[in-house]
Amino acid sequence: MKKFLILVLLLTAFVSVMPSGVRAEQYTIDTKKAHAFIQFKISHLGYSWLLGRFNDFEGTFSFNEARPEASKVKVSVDVASVDTNHAERDKHLRSKDFFEVKKYPEATFISRSFKVTGKGAAVMKGDFTLHGVTKEIEIEVKEVGAGKDPWGGFRRGFEGTTTLALKDYNITKNLGPASATVDLYLSIEGIRNK
Amino acid sequence: MAFGLRNSRQEYGLVAIALHWVVALMVFGLFGLGFYMTGLEYTDSWYRRAPWLHKSFGLLTFALVSFRLVWRLTGEKPVMVPMPGWERVAALLAHRVLYLLLFLVPVSGYLISTADGRGIDFFNWFEVPALLSGYDRQEDMAGAVHLFLALAIIGMTGLHTAAALKHHFIDKDSTLLKIFGAGRGESEN
Repeated sequence: MKKFLILVLLLTAFVSVMPSGVRAEQYTIDTKKAHAFIQFKISHLGYSWLLGRFNDFEGTFSFNEARPEASKVKVSVDVASVDTNHAERDKHLRSKDFFEVKKYPEATFISRSFKVTGKGAAVMKGDFTLHGVTKEIEIEVKEVGAGKDPWGGFRRGFEGTTTLALKDYNITKNLGPASATVDLYLSIEGIRNK
Repeated sequence: MAFGLRNSRQEYGLVAIALHWVVALMVFGLFGLGFYMTGLEYTDSWYRRAPWLHKSFGLLTFALVSFRLVWRLTGEKPVMVPMPGWERVAALLAHRVLYLLLFLVPVSGYLISTADGRGIDFFNWFEVPALLSGYDRQEDMAGAVHLFLALAIIGMTGLHTAAALKHHFIDKDSTLLKIFGAGRGESEN
């Protein structure tokens, strides 16, 4: 028992003196204080954009400045928290015509790869599950910034965009030819775990 | 046949009879319209009109039922035909449940549409404001209640109709005829 404790202490000491660029930093997405957003926009009849968002989600990511390609993200979304600023429409979106939230309450994204494509730019591939269907998607990622916050923590932020076809996720309600796809915009701020 | 606007101890007045049948028509019309409109394609020309009519007529029904209850409570009520005690209790109970449902169905519907604070347009005439809004998932809760109680009202109406037909064809009394304004003095000895 004593030996084990010493081993743990030694390991902890070793890990904590490693240069920060070597180990991946773990971040928790700041949904508690709402510095993270999952927004979507879909064409309305081809004449305008309808905007909405998912209010409740949580997630974590890891990031290593020395090895950004090792970055990992995991997010789960409470689909029923869809909010388009219209209760009747949100109710309809939760129904069998769209998300079927009673049957499929959760949407998830688990990253598989992170490929740096330029300065502060990357493409992240991963498995996205919505409405019971899992597909590999690509998210265009941009680093926004990172640094100390004024309250003793360390934060890092990214934004991402991707486009999904509704029929890929078995959402077959016909909204007109202009509304077959939905654009996602993700703004994610993580607080580094202590 | 001459009968007055108000009820008497023997028969229903014209107002009560009219309210009964208009509300009955509304209940079936709104039930059908409700199912029709929720099944419409987004591109259907009735996609916007059907819910608008459903809400307007639903509000109208609420007003009619409110007036009907006041009318009933402030006027006389025709005496029931002689029947066993349990039938009397069952009839009384069923009528009260029906009245309750006639209030709760429009109220729950109202709470769906007003969940985000928006009012409801009444026949392009004026807007009925939202009174209770912003409760978490209010529209889902109210929606589930609205559907369940609407089905209950149809079930209760079936029971109500079956009871009326039993009075007419089996007991051969004037219960059913009274709500048509007919049957005065018939079968009542």
